[in-house]
Parts: sequence; C-alpha cells; structure tokens
Amino acid sequence: MSTAAPLLEVRNLRVEFPTRRRTLVAVDDVSFGIAPGEVLGVVGESGAGKSLTGMAIIGLLEPPGRIAAGEVRLEGRRIDNLPREELRRIRGRRIGAIFQDPLTSLNPLYTIGEQLVETVLTHLPVRAAEARERALSLLAEVGIPAPEQRIDHYPHQFSGGMRQRVVIALAIAAEPQLVVADEPTTALDVSIQAQIITLLKRLARDRGTAVMLITHDMGVIAETADRVAVMYAGRLAEIGPVRDIIHQPRHPYTVGLMHSIPRVGNQRDRLAQIEGSMPRLTAIPAGCAFNPRCPQRFARCTETRPELFAAGATRAACWLFSDGG
Amino acid sequence: MLAFVIRRLAQAVMVMLAVGLIAFSLFRFVGDPVVFMLGQDATPEDRTRMTQMLGLDQPFYVQYANFVVRAAQGEFGLSLRQIRPVKTLIIERLPATLELSFVAGLFALVVGIALGVYTALRRGSWISHVFLAVSLIGVSLPTFLIGILLILVFAVLLGWLPSFGRGDTVAIGWWTSGFFTASGLKALILPAITLGLFQMTLIQRLVRSEMLEVLRTDYIKFARARGLTDSAVHFGHALKNTLVPVITITGLQLGAIIAFAIITETVFQWPGMGLLFIQAVNFADVPVMAAYLCLTALFFVIINLVVDLLYYAVDPRLRIDRTIAAH
Ligand SMILES: Nc1ncnc2c1ncn2[C@@H]1O[C@H](COP(=O)(O)OP(=O)(O)O)[C@@H](O)[C@H]1O
Ligand code: SF4
Ligand SMILES: [Mg+2]
Repeated sequence: MSTAAPLLEVRNLRVEFPTRRRTLVAVDDVSFGIAPGEVLGVVGESGAGKSLTGMAIIGLLEPPGRIAAGEVRLEGRRIDNLPREELRRIRGRRIGAIFQDPLTSLNPLYTIGEQLVETVLTHLPVRAAEARERALSLLAEVGIPAPEQRIDHYPHQFSGGMRQRVVIALAIAAEPQLVVADEPTTALDVSIQAQIITLLKRLARDRGTAVMLITHDMGVIAETADRVAVMYAGRLAEIGPVRDIIHQPRHPYTVGLMHSIPRVGNQRDRLAQIEGSMPRLTAIPAGCAFNPRCPQRFARCTETRPELFAAGATRAACWLFSDGG
Repeated sequence: MLAFVIRRLAQAVMVMLAVGLIAFSLFRFVGDPVVFMLGQDATPEDRTRMTQMLGLDQPFYVQYANFVVRAAQGEFGLSLRQIRPVKTLIIERLPATLELSFVAGLFALVVGIALGVYTALRRGSWISHVFLAVSLIGVSLPTFLIGILLILVFAVLLGWLPSFGRGDTVAIGWWTSGFFTASGLKALILPAITLGLFQMTLIQRLVRSEMLEVLRTDYIKFARARGLTDSAVHFGHALKNTLVPVITITGLQLGAIIAFAIITETVFQWPGMGLLFIQAVNFADVPVMAAYLCLTALFFVIINLVVDLLYYAVDPRLRIDRTIAAH
C-alpha cells in the first residue's frame, strides 16, 4: 500500500443477499485502501463483485443486498453505518460516481444544465447564477464544445461520448475527493473509450481526485491505474502496484489473467487460457475459491481459505505465499 | 409545432364530422319526422308540403351540410318533449355537469397521484396494502352501487351530506355555479367521489406501477449517487417521468367522466346534461339526444387536443428540433 494516509479504507467488507433458502455472499472479506489522488484499478470477471463493492462504498446497495460485516472509512471516519441523510450528503459531495451507461444515466426530461445546477446547489452554498457559471466551466472542463449553447440542451441531443462527458461533469460537480467509476467506457464506441479515459485521468490528476476505476479492460488499467486490485468470486485475489500486477503477477489467477491479454488492442477472449469459469455464488468451493481452476493447487488449497500474503511487491490471497515468499 | 397543431386540429374536425353524421342519422332512424309532426292521418299534399318545408326533399348530403352548419352554431332545433330550443336546455344543464366532472376529475387526479406515489414509495407498508385493496374494490363495484352506498352512509345514516340535487347555486351570467355556497359545495362531495372513484383508482395504480418502474432506472440511481435529496429524487425526477402516461390516461378518463356522469346524475338526481339525456332517451327526444352526442364528442376531442399539447410541454424528446452532436 502507498505510504500516504488512506483517503478511503475498506476493511473486511462483506456484502450479502439474504434469500429464502440461504444467504448469498457476493463480496467476502475484501480490504483495500485508496490514497488521496490515487487511481485504484479494480479488475475481475463479470460477477466478481466489483460493482457491489463500489455501491457498498457509496451506500447505494439495493435491498435486500446489505453490508453484513466490515467497515468503510473516509478520512478515518466510518461512513458505512451513517444515517441515510448524512450518507446522502457525502454522495456527490465527497464521493462522486460514474456508471456504465451514459445513455441512461441522465434524466431525459431535464436539460444537462438543470441537472448540473441541481447537483451544485444540493452540495455547495452558492446562488443559482453562480451554480450556472460553475456548470458552464465544468462543461468546458470535460470538453463539451460551445458550453453556452449546449448547457440548455437535453440529453437526447448529445452523442454517447458527449453524454458520458456530461456524466463525468456531474460526478465532479461538487469537487469530491474520490470518484467511483464503474466501467465508464464499456457502453461506448471503441473509438471514444480512449478519449473518456484520458479525460478521466487528466481531471483526476489536475484536481487531485482519487479514482476507483472498475473495468474489464487491462489496457485501460495499464495506462491509468497506480495500483490494481484483482477480484475473484467476491474476494480479493491480489492487490499491488500496477507494474507488478501486469509484469510480475503472483497469484495464479492474475497470472492467467495477464497471459490472456492480447498485447495490442482489447480482444474479448482474455480469459481463454484459464480452464473453466468462475463459480456461481451458490457454489463457491471450500478453501481457495480459485482452486478448481488452479494449475498449482495443493492439499491445503481445498481446505482452508488463504488470506492476503505478501508476495513480492504485491499481496496475494494464495497459499503459495504463506511463508512470506 | 404549428404544423403539429394544425394536423391535430384537422383530425379533430374529421372526428366531429363523423360524430355529426351519426347524430344526423338519429333523425332519420328514430321515426319519420313528417309523420311525427302531422300525425298519421295527414293528406299526401300536406305531407309533401311539410317535407319541402323541412328540407327533407333535398339530397342527403345537402341535408347533412345544413345540419352541420346549424350544429356548429349550437342549433339543434326544438326539444320534442319540452318544446323549447335544445340550445337553451343544454345551456341550463351544462354548468351542473361540467362542475361535477371537473371536481370528480380533480379528485381522481390529486388523490390518485398522491396514493400512487405513496404506495410506490412505501411498497411494503400495511397502509399501502390497505390502499391497494380499497382501490381493487373501487374498480370492481359498479358506479350506481357506490353512489347508493355513499348516500346510505353519509346522507341517510350520518346525515352529513345531501343525497340529491345541487344545493344553492349562484348565477354568473348564464352560468350557474355551486362553488360559492356552502350547500352547493356540500352537494358536490358525494356525486364527485362517486363519479371519480373509478378514475382515481385507475390513476393510483398507474402512477404506482410507473413510479416503481422509473425508480429502477439508471438515471434515478445516478441521481441518488449525485447526493440529491429523497424529495428531489422522488418528485423532481421520478414523478415527472411518470407524468406522460398519467396525462394520457387522465385526459382520456376525463372524457369518460363526462360521459359516465349520466349514471351518477341519475343516482343523485343531479340536474345536469346526463339527466337531461336519460329523460330524452325515454321520450325519443331526438334533437336533445343529437345535441348531447355532439357536445360529448366535442369535449372528448378538445381534451385529446389538450393532452397532446401537454405531452409536448412535458417531454422534450417529442419536440422536433433535434440537434444531434458529432462526437
Ligand atoms: N440483487 C441481487 N441478488 C442476488 N445476487 C446479486 C444481486 N445483485 C448482484 N448479485 C450477484 O452479486 C455478484 C457480484 O455482482 P457485481 O458486483 O455486479 O459483479 P461485477 O460488477 O464484478 O460484474 C454476481 O454474482 C451477481 O449475480
Ligand atoms: S491458494 Fe492454491 S488454489 Fe488458490 S490460487 Fe493459490 S495455489 Fe491456486
Ligand atoms: Mg459490474
């Protein structure tokens, strides 16, 4: 972990869905921190628990999903157990969020200016005229051409890429210290993805905003993240600096993940080299969740769950490193 | 925008012409007017003269055109039963029906939206279940039964409200209004609830299901992620997005309210057009029936027009000046 005091700290987070028959554990004992201004990439197959981790942090898990154990701290203060209203004040003001689909993230009945002004007025003690000024400069900052005209347009009058820029402007409107970006480019045209990522990176750097960047795309991670967390079946498999995760991964799952990235471009079949598929929540094996697919499995792996062990420059949840290897 | 309005107006005129044709045919099919005027034993010469006088020897389309021209001026001739101009009769009765329909519509809209929003936001609570159960009863009981039950409880047993009539009215020009007297307002309550109950439950269930749908959308999730207050999310964002279907249904139902006023007016002996129409039917008073038909259709058409314009005001996506930006 980086040396600066963490801005966000997630400790032993557990997210459950109680169902009639049994309780599904979708995020299990996940711990990590994000330093001020740091970009933490979160990767893993679909269903690994990345989005739920993000939603748990901003307090927007949809019932019956709930935080069953662990805590979330922002600048040292617990925020996971705050009353609804206090948590609401944190959302948007101190932690912003960007979701996957820019086409559906904006309310079709309001102009983008109205939505920006509303967000600013909710969180900052400014007058309507100032809020509009602020909205204009935000639009300019995220690269919307001719903001004075565009501010009064409705979402349907913008292209997908432009809408995602507006979403980003909304997420940073009240200058949060952290932005949780959940696959912000997945729904976009490949040609626009790079622009949006570049924008996000530039904004975070200029403003010193920390970013939790959830993505499938290792190319994006390589370019953007400072550190990377790899999730598997609701658990953290490995976490460490981006260079080490990419060039010297330790956890057998991460190793498989990295081998399967084509070096140029972003093909879909990244995980082709790992046999089998991630278990469903109802069938997570005992011991290490990865053991049925692991080429290096040994006896202990099917009996006891490994915690995170130091593994070179990273930390990996794998028994191969239990001796401090 | 202008083209849109003109197109809708043209459609409205077509609808009115079609309804006018039906009303006009009433005169043809409900008895022979010549026989009616002269009696069975008139001479053939008298009949011919009367036929000419009434213009009945003219080709069909000329007669229809004359009818349309007069109807457009509100002239439907004399009531056969009361031997007074139909126009006068309608004008006397119109305010009673419109005031009743207005209050019933307002009741349906306000209470329906409030209960719809409440039952959507408090999905699990027992009060929501009670409201939903009551609304189910509301749609399944026939109007006249609801009216009679209300009369039984609030007029007969409790004696709080009158069981029939309009109470005291105040004349404003030719318009008679029950809005300005205590007895007029009291008299409105039971008939308005009876008339609007079905529509109220309809709107309640519509708002509830639309609201639940909208609350699941990404832009609501994102609005919460922006830290907006619950009331901004629920009313500013969610409710507004449910309004388009609500406007449609409410508009159509307002027309239905005016049409269904017939039953309520009969139960409460409300001196409106519905009651006039029922009496006209019993007497085969064709001019009154024709006038009622045309007027009710006119209300439907006007309401539809207003609904279309409201859509336009609520949903920016319907406005045509789309400017899609390049990336
Ligand atoms: N409402 C829910 N009820 C039950 N299981 C859910 C619910 N929402 C998500 N899950 C499960 O939680 C797991 C993690 O989901 P998610 O965090 O969305 O994964 P990711 O974002 O990594 O693709 C998935 O297996 C998903 O099926
Ligand atoms: S703990 Fe065992 S099964 Fe799991 S990744 Fe390490 S070696 Fe493989
Ligand atoms: Mg996801």
